[in-house]
Amino acid sequence: MKFGIVVFPGSNCDEDCHHVATQLLGCEAEYIWHHDTDLKGSDAVILPGGFAYGDYLRAGALARFSPVMESVASFAKKGGPVLGICNGFQVLLEAGLLPGAMQINRGLRYVCKDVSLKVENDATPFTSLYPKGSVVTMPIGHMEGNYTAPPDVLDTLERDGRVVFRYCERDGRVTDAANPNGAARGIAGICSREGNVVGLMPHPDRCAEKLLGNDQGLQMFASAVAAMAAR
Amino acid sequence: MTITEELIREHNLSDEEYGRIKEILGREPNLVELGIFSAMWSEHCSYKSSRIHLKRFPTTGPRVIQGPGENAGVVDIGDGLAVAFKMESHNHPSFIEPYQGAATGVGGILRDVFTMGARPMASLNSLRFGRLDAPRMKHLVDGVVRGIAGYGNCIGIPTLGGETTFHRGYDGNILVNVMNVGLVNSDRIFLGRAEGAGNPVVYVGSKTGRDGIHGATMASEEFAADEASQKRPTVQVGDPFTEKLLMEACLELFQTDAVVGIQDMGAAGLTSSSFEMAGRAGSGVELDLSKVPVRETGMTPYEIMLSESQERMLLVARRDRLAEVLAIFHKWELDAVEIGTVTDSGRVVLFFDGKIVADLPAAPLSDRAPCYDRPRAALAPPSAPFRWQSEAEPADYADCLKRLLASPNVAEKSWIWTQYDHMVQSNTVQRPGGDAAVLRVKGTKKGIAMKSDVNPFFCAFDPYRGGAIAVAEAARSIAATGARPLAITDCLNFGNPEKPEVMAQFEAAVRGIADACRALEVPVVSGNVSLYNETDGRAIPPTPTVGMVGLMEDVSRHVRVAFRRSGDLVAVLGETRDELGASEFLRTVRGRDEGPCPEVDLDAEKRLVDLLATLAERSLVASAHDVSDGGLAVALAESAMQGGLGATLSLEPGVRMSAFLFGESTGRAIVSFPPEHEAAVRALAKEKGVPFTAAGWVGGERLTISAGSRVVIDEPGAELAALWRGAFARALESADVL
Repeated sequence: MKFGIVVFPGSNCDEDCHHVATQLLGCEAEYIWHHDTDLKGSDAVILPGGFAYGDYLRAGALARFSPVMESVASFAKKGGPVLGICNGFQVLLEAGLLPGAMQINRGLRYVCKDVSLKVENDATPFTSLYPKGSVVTMPIGHMEGNYTAPPDVLDTLERDGRVVFRYCERDGRVTDAANPNGAARGIAGICSREGNVVGLMPHPDRCAEKLLGNDQGLQMFASAVAAMAAR
Repeated sequence: MTITEELIREHNLSDEEYGRIKEILGREPNLVELGIFSAMWSEHCSYKSSRIHLKRFPTTGPRVIQGPGENAGVVDIGDGLAVAFKMESHNHPSFIEPYQGAATGVGGILRDVFTMGARPMASLNSLRFGRLDAPRMKHLVDGVVRGIAGYGNCIGIPTLGGETTFHRGYDGNILVNVMNVGLVNSDRIFLGRAEGAGNPVVYVGSKTGRDGIHGATMASEEFAADEASQKRPTVQVGDPFTEKLLMEACLELFQTDAVVGIQDMGAAGLTSSSFEMAGRAGSGVELDLSKVPVRETGMTPYEIMLSESQERMLLVARRDRLAEVLAIFHKWELDAVEIGTVTDSGRVVLFFDGKIVADLPAAPLSDRAPCYDRPRAALAPPSAPFRWQSEAEPADYADCLKRLLASPNVAEKSWIWTQYDHMVQSNTVQRPGGDAAVLRVKGTKKGIAMKSDVNPFFCAFDPYRGGAIAVAEAARSIAATGARPLAITDCLNFGNPEKPEVMAQFEAAVRGIADACRALEVPVVSGNVSLYNETDGRAIPPTPTVGMVGLMEDVSRHVRVAFRRSGDLVAVLGETRDELGASEFLRTVRGRDEGPCPEVDLDAEKRLVDLLATLAERSLVASAHDVSDGGLAVALAESAMQGGLGATLSLEPGVRMSAFLFGESTGRAIVSFPPEHEAAVRALAKEKGVPFTAAGWVGGERLTISAGSRVVIDEPGAELAALWRGAFARALESADVL
């Protein structure tokens, strides 16, 4: 099992993802420089968090033009698992691999804190090890996580079960108070129609070890390993 | 151009200093040379008023790899690893333009650390603001926090909090002190030295613009009212994305053996980097300024040498490896240009358009920089004992506690630190809000604790003790997490050194820090001095910020502030004296800004530090918390609130009730532990010579404190927590400027 971790200029969670894949799961992982078009035989591709191109202009808006993105798109089209975390999610939206867009948080400030998330789709390659309907805690850290899309797109996402994670209270109730950034319908993460492309604002890479106080994010990476093993 | 008296004044040089320049050169300087001397001999770069006193600091120790004088200090942590760290001020620019001032402060300290070959691991900041209702103050708070966040978050270095205090003494001069700690292989440390005649001098990073010209000189002057807004052109603009590229490129470069020396272009830009690198190596350099990448046409040699544009580095490469060096920077899409060569002439010679525009000896600019033993007034006696002895005690202690928990200095500051990415790099073991931040060191079992500290209110009444207490309190906080202090950096913020009373404060604070460092065996490995923090002749309270780094061998044994289990026992370690002077209680509840500063017993502090670290190492305690601002009652409330648990505590005061609850006697901590560990904790405290007082137990939903037979505080924990957590945001967001 090999993870390919895309490195844009300004990515800064690439090493965190590499650490989870190699040190915690014993998988192979390789960095893929944004100029490369070869995914180096990756079984799954991660677009990590950070500030690709400084998030200048708009988060993800420049990174989508990196040569590597064409390879990522064709990998996804063939059913390859692609995970976009935080800035990686923003890049997936800008690249059109997932629908919708990000606005600045409704509080107009960067927010770094733990949030509760309801797992609504356990059929993706990154969520199969979470029981559907379970509540997990993960940290967020972003300025632009206020997800938005036209109402019909949101309806389609809901109808097709493509909302993967939703912000909620600790007991699973979806409330406005539990929504840290104003995202439409409390959406924290979504997937593509086929389910193989997943994007989320929270950081599973930052909560994969007990020593750091929380290991609930490890299951996202472990799910991918299980999904690959099952193929 | 002839050098006139007016030009000399404009360059902030005294007649005596100008005379010294002529003596060194044996002639009149030209304008470029005058600018260079002015920057190098500014207070900011030359430490001319402080140097003579800084010699007091102990700077060596078995773990010290690099002491003061380089870009950052380096301390060995074993396993072939070391930590590089430093603290710096960006006070003047942050007051003028808070976002960019604070942001570039972060950028500068990061460069100081990664220049050494270290990957920056985490930042802290020590912020001092005026009263929230002072003019521009909420704007400054908001801008500084956003600036720190904007830079640190983007570059991907976690900001693990720090400390923030508010006082009228900072109404006209806020303080922004930023600290960074990096991790480096102890055999791959890089220094700022221009060695090897014939080696190329390479300029890398952002292009040079007209921003920040004379920043170092500006930071060495007082403000007059309304002047701050006119100084804006001297504040630099930060670009964290470019710095991220620069950092990654440099760290990639350090994997090779192609670099001889490297230094960031911080204050006084190309001037200080070139002269210091040549000066340290005893070599010389020749630079062709026409080759420096510039942002706009028409820039003069004077502007190029004095620009403080951000995100630039100067390095010396091995001649035969130049192509490799340039290739790495070009991969990261950065400018990298050979602008000159190292010589053995001992001179810095600058060319522009084929003509020599400056020709100066390198070493004398540093070695023969002015050094003043400025006159010092006798310090005011450590203030007459406060008259509270004769005052009536408050009627309602619970009300006092609530007012303290809601005061901006004590209230929880998550409004600030949730704006900082404090988790990137996935090493954060203890997030902001604890006694000290704790990081794990990947690939080892070790942990690093870091803390910035000073109580300026103590320093205002007794700078000697205040300086000593800053070190002691940082050590106590570090030890409470389970780490042992390694070394400190410092950032000494004071008023105008030409005033004898300010110089007296400075000298006393330095002496206090030095004595405490000796007693606690923590050397000073780097630091910074910020003087002239005055507006309209009013100086800030003396604020010698201490940044301490500690090491724990087994990070899994780290200890938090929060109570953990119902049924655990609580004990107070150390002695509570009859002290209320300079306390938050006195200021917030009594509205009186009076001393005296509490006493400090450095031997007792050392014993307590050893006890706290040992308790953690043996996994005897469930929680530990240093007692400081707001006293014992606030410390107990914080452990309870952070743990989401109540506590029932019963103590014999032994001193006046308000001093018992809210006094800020030094040398104390509170710990909790399971009942089966009580005998061991007591025995260890006795062995280490630290007074142990059983205080009660953790549990229930109320915080109940009895003194003797009298219940003095009995409040629902959740209500206290709501007050403490919400107070700071409410105070800020009631403002319309945010």
